[in-house]
Amino acid sequence: MNRTIDIEKEDSSLSHIKYQKAKDGLFKIAVILFSFITISMVFLIIGTLLVKGYRQINWAFFTQVAPDTFTAMMAKVSGQVIPGGIANGILGSLYLVGIASVLSIPIGILIGVYLSENSQKKYASLIRDIADILQGVPSIVIGLIAYIWIVVPITKSYSVLAGGVALAIMMLPLIVRSTEESLKMVPDTLKEAAIALGTPYYKVIWRVLIPSAFSGLVSGILLSVSRVLGETAPLMLATLGNPNINWNITKPGSAVPLLIWQFYNDPNMVDLIWSSTIFLMGFVLLLNLISKWIEAKRKK
Amino acid sequence: MKEIKEKETATPVMSIDDISISYGDDKYAVKDVSAKILSNSITAIMGPSGCGKTTLLRAINRMHELYPNIHTDGKILLNGDNIYEMSTINLRRKIGMVFQRPNPFPTLSIFDNVIAGYKLNGIRLKKSEREEIVETSLKDVALWDEVKDNLHSKGNFLSGGQQQRLCIARTIAFKPKVILLDEPTSALDPISTSKIEDLLVKLKKDYTIIMVTHNMSQAARISDKSMFMYLGELVEYDNTQKMFTTPSDPRTEAYLTGKFG
Repeated sequence: MNRTIDIEKEDSSLSHIKYQKAKDGLFKIAVILFSFITISMVFLIIGTLLVKGYRQINWAFFTQVAPDTFTAMMAKVSGQVIPGGIANGILGSLYLVGIASVLSIPIGILIGVYLSENSQKKYASLIRDIADILQGVPSIVIGLIAYIWIVVPITKSYSVLAGGVALAIMMLPLIVRSTEESLKMVPDTLKEAAIALGTPYYKVIWRVLIPSAFSGLVSGILLSVSRVLGETAPLMLATLGNPNINWNITKPGSAVPLLIWQFYNDPNMVDLIWSSTIFLMGFVLLLNLISKWIEAKRKK
Repeated sequence: MKEIKEKETATPVMSIDDISISYGDDKYAVKDVSAKILSNSITAIMGPSGCGKTTLLRAINRMHELYPNIHTDGKILLNGDNIYEMSTINLRRKIGMVFQRPNPFPTLSIFDNVIAGYKLNGIRLKKSEREEIVETSLKDVALWDEVKDNLHSKGNFLSGGQQQRLCIARTIAFKPKVILLDEPTSALDPISTSKIEDLLVKLKKDYTIIMVTHNMSQAARISDKSMFMYLGELVEYDNTQKMFTTPSDPRTEAYLTGKFG
């Protein structure tokens, strides 16, 4: 209906066509402009961080622990680069994410396998809904839960374990859903091929389904790691922070986002925010790129 | 054909006795089917869509049990043993299956695909045994010359027809007694199809072959015996030549002359 009216109008007046073309052009310019604004945001953020933080990035930044506020103040007064680095934060973050991965990856993959194998069952859709709800729980609430479940009764102090559990709870639904999605993309014919060879069911899953979906599983895990790597709120309530490198699972540990928060609150150390943020963003960006690369390779 | 006639006097390798398969409440996919399958022959199962031919084929290696709410009555004897009393794992090693679409394992190399049955079942083989099985299986399906230089790369560069022959190699690597094929050429071009047909005729020397086909002329070309199924019933089961020239049931004749299906 609309189309016939348009054609009639175009036939009736040339100026109308010109007006339409002008509108088309304007729309095109607007689209380009807004997409440019969006892209430039990313570059502005990265640029600002680099300009503000590049001075602090040196070898010591990765190998030494955070300085105390007095040392930082002396360096600042004499116009020097603040000594020390964020090694405690980097190692602490890796430690936390490592614990979270050990806890969440096996459970998440098993639940994901269950969901994709029994997708029609009522119990499966219940689990799926619960995973979605868990994904929506504010991170600070999860921090509180870790405090009540781990800090108070088990470790009796803020601890790496409590932070790891909090991050694991956040990673779990992401891994469950990404596992389920990647397993669903494995064609049923492969499963039938394995079953027709007399393969026992657990081996069908372990030797055929999981290897076929492997890249999907890995990229899902990387994305979930990159998601929790920047989490600050739950760690404030569960892990607290630590000026030194700590490998004791029952004691407070540090993490890069915790350090950023600490630097932000200390006027002497505020310059370290930028370099720490560069590191955090770079790391998250890297994980995202790797996972995108794996995903692209898989689709080929 | 002459050869087959002689074998009819021999005991059949498989006997299907009153098989009925129902889904849920009394919806029969297969009703009271009985047939004796002769060894070293090709038996074609024909019929219009939804006539139960695939369900019957799958009942022979119990793959139909993967469907939900399935109920099976009757028995199928393989060399005298009821397959419904065997473990599915043992049964499926004796009765191999090739599917409609080629489905080699994309994560495995061509070599590993051929011996996938051994690998997936945790059967350990010596290196020399592995190599021998792979070579003879690939030679049996006439794929050896095409892939012998790429045995350890993944098979995704193979054409559909080559992939299907690889799947047949994977099935015969296990030395089954019976090979079931579910419309094995329906996803292939005419040239690949004729290669597979030639291959099946050659394979019947060592195996008993049962295939579902949608393609009547294929059944006429390569099968020794044909079943015609309609609405879950086995309407006619006879020598292919006889069925195609003088069918005894009017429904078979109507189907073969293209009146329906």
